[in-house]
Amino acid sequence: MFSFFRQKPRRSDSAAAAKERLQILLAHDRSDRAREDLLPLLQRDILEVVKRHMRVESDAVEIKLERGDDMSSLEINIEVPDTQPRHAG
Amino acid sequence: MAKTIVVTSGKGGVGKTTSTAAIGAGLAKRGHKTVVIDFDVGLRNLDLIMGCERRVVFDLINVIQGDAKLKQALVTDRRLDTLSVLPTSQTRDKDALTPEGVEKVLAELKEEFDYIICDSPAGIERGAHLAMYYADEAIVVTNPEVSSVRDSDRVLGLLNSKTLRAEKGDGDPVKAHLLLTRYDTDRVARGEMMPIDDVLEILAIPLLGIIPESTTVLRASNVGMPVVMDEKSNAGRAYEDAVSRLIGEQLEMRIQPEERPGLFRRFLGRRT
Repeated sequence: MFSFFRQKPRRSDSAAAAKERLQILLAHDRSDRAREDLLPLLQRDILEVVKRHMRVESDAVEIKLERGDDMSSLEINIEVPDTQPRHAG
Repeated sequence: MAKTIVVTSGKGGVGKTTSTAAIGAGLAKRGHKTVVIDFDVGLRNLDLIMGCERRVVFDLINVIQGDAKLKQALVTDRRLDTLSVLPTSQTRDKDALTPEGVEKVLAELKEEFDYIICDSPAGIERGAHLAMYYADEAIVVTNPEVSSVRDSDRVLGLLNSKTLRAEKGDGDPVKAHLLLTRYDTDRVARGEMMPIDDVLEILAIPLLGIIPESTTVLRASNVGMPVVMDEKSNAGRAYEDAVSRLIGEQLEMRIQPEERPGLFRRFLGRRT
């Protein structure tokens, strides 16, 4: 009986659409912000470690982070010169 | 111990200045010595909303640049002697605001006041950055609307990374509160506006208060009166509730009902 009053058809439900759009958008916004901070730091640290053991140029490290729905991948490319390690033997 | 609180939002027009004036006046009404500071250099407006625009002689920029003493720039409210306004410059450029200058002014204010309320400009540039940088707490003013919620989320990210408390990283982070403004229960019921819970779920910070969409906000700004000084106004009462929670009182969340005109007045055609 009362459900008739309660389920008065809503003229629109655009508010639900607003919430859904925001949830998807903010998940992206937030991870973009996190990545923005993360990648330069990661690049600096990796380069520092590699440099301890071999001679590489400062711009020889390339980092890519790709986000998928199920999994993400972190791709690190380091260009290593053909010479021997610095501390060979 | 003085508390520095920034009123911020990212998006413009959501009610930062109205909220700064109302919360500042609400704190002062309870006897706390309170100063409200306008950080919107070049677009001065807090003085107008506070109703002291004709008494401004010096401003924040004059103090930072050493052209005036802090005491000369502070304007004491005529209605509440515990309330002061530190206006900003209407003519200078926002670059006149320096971190060292702001730090020095805030340190001096802390000796005199219990609460320092910083009214942030819209956006996330210099003025907004410096308004939040030294804050202990933040009031994030948000409308139940997609662009406002998104900008608030961005601002929350900045509060967690680009403030003195975030950079020091040892003490507590800036404590953020959500102030939901221009909330319209009728539109929420019709499915046209996001309900409180949805906004809270998305932003995930504690709720300080819900300010209903209200005709009294415009009326109060017309005459330069912080909206809490209008005791009959629903928005004023909602701000009073928010102030209670801000100072740590436990108060049930409620939506202050709209002042509907009585049947008799409605019959006469709402002429009053």
